[in-house]
Amino acid sequence: MSSPYALSAEIVSGIAIITIDLPGEPVNKFNRAVKDEFIALFDRLERDLNVRAAVLISGKSDSFIAGADIEEFLEIKTSEEAQRLSHEGQLLLDSIQEQRTPLIVAIHGACMGGALELALAAHYRIATDHPKTVLALPEVQIGLIPGAGGTQRLPRLIGIRAALDIILTGKNIRAKKALQIGLVDELVHPSILRKIAIQRANELAEGTRKRERHKGGVTGFLLDENPAGRRVVLKKAREETMKKTRGNYPAPLAALDAVAAGYSGGPSHGYREESRLFGEMAMTRESRHLISIFFATTALKKDPGVELPEGAPPPEIMPVEKLGILGAGFMGAGIASVALQQGTLVRMKDADHGRVAKGFAAVRDVVRERLTRRQITKVQYSDTMALLGGTIDYSGFGNVDLVIEAVFEDLNVKHEVLREVEAELKPSAIFASNTSTIPITRIAEVSERPDRVLGMHFFSPVHKMPLLEVITTEQTDTDVTATVVAYGKKLGKTVIVVKDGPGFYVNRILTPYINEAGRLLDQGASIDAVDNALLEFGFPVGPITLIDEVGLDVGSKAGKIMYEAFGERFAPPSSMQAVVAAGRLGRKAKKGFYLYDDEGKKGDVDQSVYSLLAPAARVTSTTSGQSQSRAQIPAAEIQRRTILPMLNEAARCLDEGVIRSPRDGDIGAVFGFGFPPFRGGPFRYMDEIGVADVVKQLEELNDRFPGRFEPAELLVTMARRGDWFHPKL
Amino acid sequence: MPTFGNGRRVAIVDGVRTPFTRAGTAFRSISAIDLGKLCVAELIQRTNLSGGEIEALVFGTVIPNVIAPNIAREISLMPLMPKGVQAFTVSRACASANQAITDAADQIALGHIDVAIAGGAESLSNVPILHSRGMSEALVLASKAKTLPGRVKALSRIRPKDLVPITPAIAEPTTGETMGQSAEKMAKLNDISREDQDQFALRSHRLAAAGTADGRLTSEIMPVYVPPKFESVVTTDNGIRSDTSYEQLSALKPVFDRRYGSVTAGNASPLTDGGACVLLMSEEKAKSLGYEPLGYIRSYAYAALDPGEQLLQAPVLAAPVALARAGLGLRDMDLVEMHEAFAAQVLSNLKGLESRTWAERAGFSEPVGEVDQSRLNVMGGSISIGHPFGATGSRITVTLLNELRRRGGQFGLMTVCAAGGLGFSMVVERDR
Repeated sequence: MSSPYALSAEIVSGIAIITIDLPGEPVNKFNRAVKDEFIALFDRLERDLNVRAAVLISGKSDSFIAGADIEEFLEIKTSEEAQRLSHEGQLLLDSIQEQRTPLIVAIHGACMGGALELALAAHYRIATDHPKTVLALPEVQIGLIPGAGGTQRLPRLIGIRAALDIILTGKNIRAKKALQIGLVDELVHPSILRKIAIQRANELAEGTRKRERHKGGVTGFLLDENPAGRRVVLKKAREETMKKTRGNYPAPLAALDAVAAGYSGGPSHGYREESRLFGEMAMTRESRHLISIFFATTALKKDPGVELPEGAPPPEIMPVEKLGILGAGFMGAGIASVALQQGTLVRMKDADHGRVAKGFAAVRDVVRERLTRRQITKVQYSDTMALLGGTIDYSGFGNVDLVIEAVFEDLNVKHEVLREVEAELKPSAIFASNTSTIPITRIAEVSERPDRVLGMHFFSPVHKMPLLEVITTEQTDTDVTATVVAYGKKLGKTVIVVKDGPGFYVNRILTPYINEAGRLLDQGASIDAVDNALLEFGFPVGPITLIDEVGLDVGSKAGKIMYEAFGERFAPPSSMQAVVAAGRLGRKAKKGFYLYDDEGKKGDVDQSVYSLLAPAARVTSTTSGQSQSRAQIPAAEIQRRTILPMLNEAARCLDEGVIRSPRDGDIGAVFGFGFPPFRGGPFRYMDEIGVADVVKQLEELNDRFPGRFEPAELLVTMARRGDWFHPKL
Repeated sequence: MPTFGNGRRVAIVDGVRTPFTRAGTAFRSISAIDLGKLCVAELIQRTNLSGGEIEALVFGTVIPNVIAPNIAREISLMPLMPKGVQAFTVSRACASANQAITDAADQIALGHIDVAIAGGAESLSNVPILHSRGMSEALVLASKAKTLPGRVKALSRIRPKDLVPITPAIAEPTTGETMGQSAEKMAKLNDISREDQDQFALRSHRLAAAGTADGRLTSEIMPVYVPPKFESVVTTDNGIRSDTSYEQLSALKPVFDRRYGSVTAGNASPLTDGGACVLLMSEEKAKSLGYEPLGYIRSYAYAALDPGEQLLQAPVLAAPVALARAGLGLRDMDLVEMHEAFAAQVLSNLKGLESRTWAERAGFSEPVGEVDQSRLNVMGGSISIGHPFGATGSRITVTLLNELRRRGGQFGLMTVCAAGGLGFSMVVERDR
């Protein structure tokens, strides 16, 4: 029988060894019950005069404490409640810091959020020198701020610059870096963590060891250790945060306020401000949306990707040990690079050796970047590259478990490679197409084993884009789908399973948005006005920049396919056609809507592009060579015109069963092309503004521009019934 | 007929090699270990082998890397196979890969293991340059000194002559004779003319060029996308000269004996970089995994003689033993592959095989016989293809078996001469 308690303490020669091990949970997290146990335990230890010092260690194998229990956190309904929660946390950690017996935290594995705040309040921190050991304050990533003294203790421990870097980004700090910046005092091998922690506890209790303070050198003194320097740092951080978030994310700004308050008004003021701001952030819609995405992502990690009848055995997931890739271009090599890094043997084929060599170079660029950033060692680099084999025939395809084709986007070419490779494959092998436009059902037509054919739509650049769209046809076997979904997750992707159809899901809802952006150009809007309006909305890049990135040829080809499939509402704008026809293919050609330098770095809008746009768009130019004046279209109008058709199409996809749930639709848009995460995705966004309002706005637009904005039936029905896509969070 | 000693029949399932490139050219930045890794990884990939099947990896190399002397272990630590694979490195000069193959084959024949990879690799672009003895002593003393003055004192022992580095020469430690001088001596002892040597070299280049052009020779070669930047790809050996002529060859000056000599850069094998390996399995294992092996090892033999005598003549002693162990004669051989260190050596070996004196030295009353030129090194040899010391033995094994298969032949004989007066011979067979 395991203990119902998370904490257990064993006292050995005056040292209390506290083990945290949440019963029935894969990782430790903080919740109310654990907090109460901490209070009771420390109270007991403080009164037990036999105890001279304490060590806190995790009972889980490769994780320390993953932070707060977010589900429990969501039960909080008011700012006051949240503020109280933060205050209680502060009091607990304060009492730990002030108590008679020093506390040593022994960190192996993830030490996140509240766990790091606890470690900061402790008197000595030892971490293991292990890849699993990472420390972070990820609160801003879910729209919150550290609420248990993190904004006060961290800057005082490691200096304000390093602290802001951790608090404002929420990023993971690896063990070595943590030692370097003074976040931990010592690094040891996992096998001696406990022993050394006990030894240090003894030394601290006897007073034979004093903590060494991290010194930041001259810059450290100038920027971290005096008020004027700190003001400069805070001002700069605020400017940069505003620039990055365009004011869409309140949490980093609140965190900055909390840090600043600790310096301007003294520690007690700082703690008060921290809990007040924490309470405020806890109730923001941004935080709720970010948390919804966190939950959706977590749920997708557990989702096998297939629906099975009640009582049916779970799908059989086949291991993918060897992967065949057809086409060593940018996508093929990108897929290879992520597969290799997961230890998959990869056989990459293309038509000639020159192309295969280019693919090798592209893979190398991705893997080498990790070496340069010291995320991997030289040996890991060469091990990764050793898993890559190149060929111009089908040698070595006999034992591949999965083939992904990333050849030219042409049905005949796809058919040819499918026929050729299928003859070489073992019968159980799966064929996946990385097409972004051609329906998988069409590709599968020539297959002898159509049940083993599906789509794996990766996004570019593969190693950076988190989404994978898995596309199934009517014939795709559920084991095949489940295998590919499992493998996609292994590659570190968030996987949504969608039904086959033109554009699948992501490109299908993206296309009306891009098209409408193009039409705005037709009507005289300036390129930067369109991009800026959507950057303000919260997209990472504007639609015109996006089309430059994707490639105008690729975009217009995909657009054409969807126009053919869905008719008028997908009619491509004349601006795009004219620009493609002029041979401006976007960044890859270093010529598109924007100017690019020789390295492909984006510059300003290429003013000469305006002369290619629809004549009606042209407003009299000022002096030659100067930028032409364009029609002034308000940002709100640009946003409405582009976002609404996207929402409308997303609703259609849900109605047609292209996506399985609003959750998948939200995640697909957020991770596929950066739909603003603080808005929760298209479906959460519609819930927020109200489906009835979406319908009303669409109808208004449809009056002005007949044919393109007719509200989806599902939306009309939902508006009438007052329905929501998601249960309220 | 079970012919491999008393053990199990050993299949050579498949083999692959990197292109062989002249030292200092395409592969100059690739170490021998990496050349080995490249060919082993490709062998595993192209044979559709599951890495988990591999039980042993044996590799040969002649000039070892001082930092990582067990090249086989470094290769076996690639993530393509389990860390539990047994791996060891062997050294038998130019027959090192043969030693690797026979060591692995013995383990299979004995029933200890079922699957092994064996081969060899050499980078003559990356030979270690050594400090002189005086320099080394001073550096060792300095590293042991505990004080700065002690260190300075140790280093002050260094004399200007100590600064001259030592490059390993291809010379016999016992006799001091270089390989080229030995070949030169053999030419004289066996009365091999300059013209015959040049004609033989020409033949080697022409046959290799033809084998490259029609793909017979290149079928054993993997493409190497050249690391680290992958800006180029090498698919063929770069030492083969399809355009060379007897006139050009005969115009070259002798290298080792400028006055009376006949051995030139043109009729000797060049310094080469490359790696080669084979996949070995017990016959039953190969069949159970569904492989159609290239062939089987029928028998092998090693021999040795005094290096001060005719350094590269030991194959003449090994071949009759291998044939006797195979229960076969030269007339049964559909093809003969003879390592070409020097044209003078090949021609000496051929003469030796016809000689009763050499037969008697090997313990036989009758000579092996005259090798039919139409069956000898039919796609050239080391003179044209190149000779990465540690890899050649594996290359010859695969070249022989591939061509045997193409011709529908049954038996093949190979011989390899090696420094130290060592010789090797093997008989391979194919099922008909």
